[in-house]
Amino acid sequence: MIETDQLTRCYGNLTAVDALSIRVEPGQVLGLLGPNGAGKSTAMRMIAGFLVPTSGTARVCGHDILREPLQAKRALGYLPEGAPGYGEMTVREFLQFIQHMRRLDSEADYRRFDDVVQQLQLEEVLDSSIDTLSKGLRRRAGLAQAILHDPPVLMLDEPTDGLDPNQKHAVRRLIDVMARNRTILVSTHSLEEVHALCNRVAIIAHGRLLADATPAELERRSRYHGAVSFSAPGSGMAQEMLGRLPQVAAIEVDPLDGRTTVFPKPGEHILAPVQQLLREQGLEVSEIQLESGRLDEVFRQITTSACALAHPEPLP
Amino acid sequence: MAVMRRELRSYFVTPVAYVFLVMFLVLSAILTFFVGDFYERGQADLQPFFSMQPWLYLILVPAITMRLWAEEANAGTLELLLTLPLTLWQAMAGKFLAAWVFVGLALGLTFPLWITVNYLGPADNGIIVAGYLGSWLMASTFVAIGACMSALTRSQVVAFLLTALACTVFVLVGLPQIVDLFHGPVAGRLVKGVAHLSMLRHFAAISRGVLDVRDLLYFLLSTFGWLLAGVLLLDLKRTR
Repeated sequence: MIETDQLTRCYGNLTAVDALSIRVEPGQVLGLLGPNGAGKSTAMRMIAGFLVPTSGTARVCGHDILREPLQAKRALGYLPEGAPGYGEMTVREFLQFIQHMRRLDSEADYRRFDDVVQQLQLEEVLDSSIDTLSKGLRRRAGLAQAILHDPPVLMLDEPTDGLDPNQKHAVRRLIDVMARNRTILVSTHSLEEVHALCNRVAIIAHGRLLADATPAELERRSRYHGAVSFSAPGSGMAQEMLGRLPQVAAIEVDPLDGRTTVFPKPGEHILAPVQQLLREQGLEVSEIQLESGRLDEVFRQITTSACALAHPEPLP
Repeated sequence: MAVMRRELRSYFVTPVAYVFLVMFLVLSAILTFFVGDFYERGQADLQPFFSMQPWLYLILVPAITMRLWAEEANAGTLELLLTLPLTLWQAMAGKFLAAWVFVGLALGLTFPLWITVNYLGPADNGIIVAGYLGSWLMASTFVAIGACMSALTRSQVVAFLLTALACTVFVLVGLPQIVDLFHGPVAGRLVKGVAHLSMLRHFAAISRGVLDVRDLLYFLLSTFGWLLAGVLLLDLKRTR
């Protein structure tokens, strides 16, 4: 379990993290989502014990990071941003160093070492030095380092940043497998990742918590939630008629691909009426979709309105 | 201790360690034979060798301590190290010991000089052993200064220069030429007090083979003091 309690960190006049209080339970994967410079990394660095909070505190598995730092660090697996590693060491030496540091020297620990290496597909590069690894491999070595002691709490700072789609998929699957009985905190600025990985999202900007919800709840805040979009050639006439449907609030046509999106009035379900109308018009609909909402739009909406609050500017 | 082992190994994976060892040996030989009048003294001892040690450490110790913390801060591995379950003291001690052991190794490799002396004449080996131990002890203060300065910055060059500067101050402060620069009632007394902090003064007796408790205590305490300063610096950096 991770709990932060009014966690605050200032750099001079800048407040990087502002009274952040979140709580992540076992079994949850919380995505810490925010624009660059929102304070995600700073918050994680404090929880991991690298930085000292200006005020407030955090607990990892009930261990206060200020009063019981060693216990907190023992319970935590942490992948810092950019997955730093000792460049001159081989992957094997690096992981063995972490084992020594964490005093992992039982038979089970050695078996765990092999398991982790296998899970992250590091067998072939075990004896290459970290300096020579590609970005993806280096990230995987960093992940291996974080899960070597089988920690109950895992904190990953942008774990898939810079990976190719296959590697991203592999890392996400691994996190998925590990998520079952662990507490996982992942920072990211990729919305795709939130969808693929998290069962809870905390959006922060300017160090402040702006939203804490499931991805589905956030999607529901999107104006696209419940909208119907379709592609049908020659639908100009139909659009006009759609606009006259009592449940419809607005219609937009994408100027690039001609795709039409129909927005419902609040609380209305429009898929059936839209479909019916299209059928009546005898249009050949090549594809139709009920939108669940667009996270990127919600994200922009939440974070930019926070910007406006933080830096009020007179309108021209 | 894992930190110490890692640090020691990292010395040897780059050519730096070997360059350092060779330089240390060549320089200590040159200083002993040419500057220290090894033969002209007509005595079978290693005093010229030991009396040159502070000057040698002055240049070479900063070169091996500069990377201890600065490199980690620069490469981002500091974040990794400090989020592992160990205290700052343990990390500092591991790094200090690695560098100190490394200097000890360099010092140990000067054993041909010892053999030479014994070959040339009857030498007092007790004095020589005391000299070696004293020299290594003095090195601990140099290394501790270096470890502290390296914690101050993420630039290895800056760490090198600061260490060299601090070491120079502590070596020179006791030289009679320096002390004589200041006279007058207040400045004179002050300088004489400060002169007690000089490494040269405390090492002088040791290099003659006299192990005085006060000198030993001086080196032990100053080592501890500099390491403590380094730990406090690291802790301070985490809060700002």
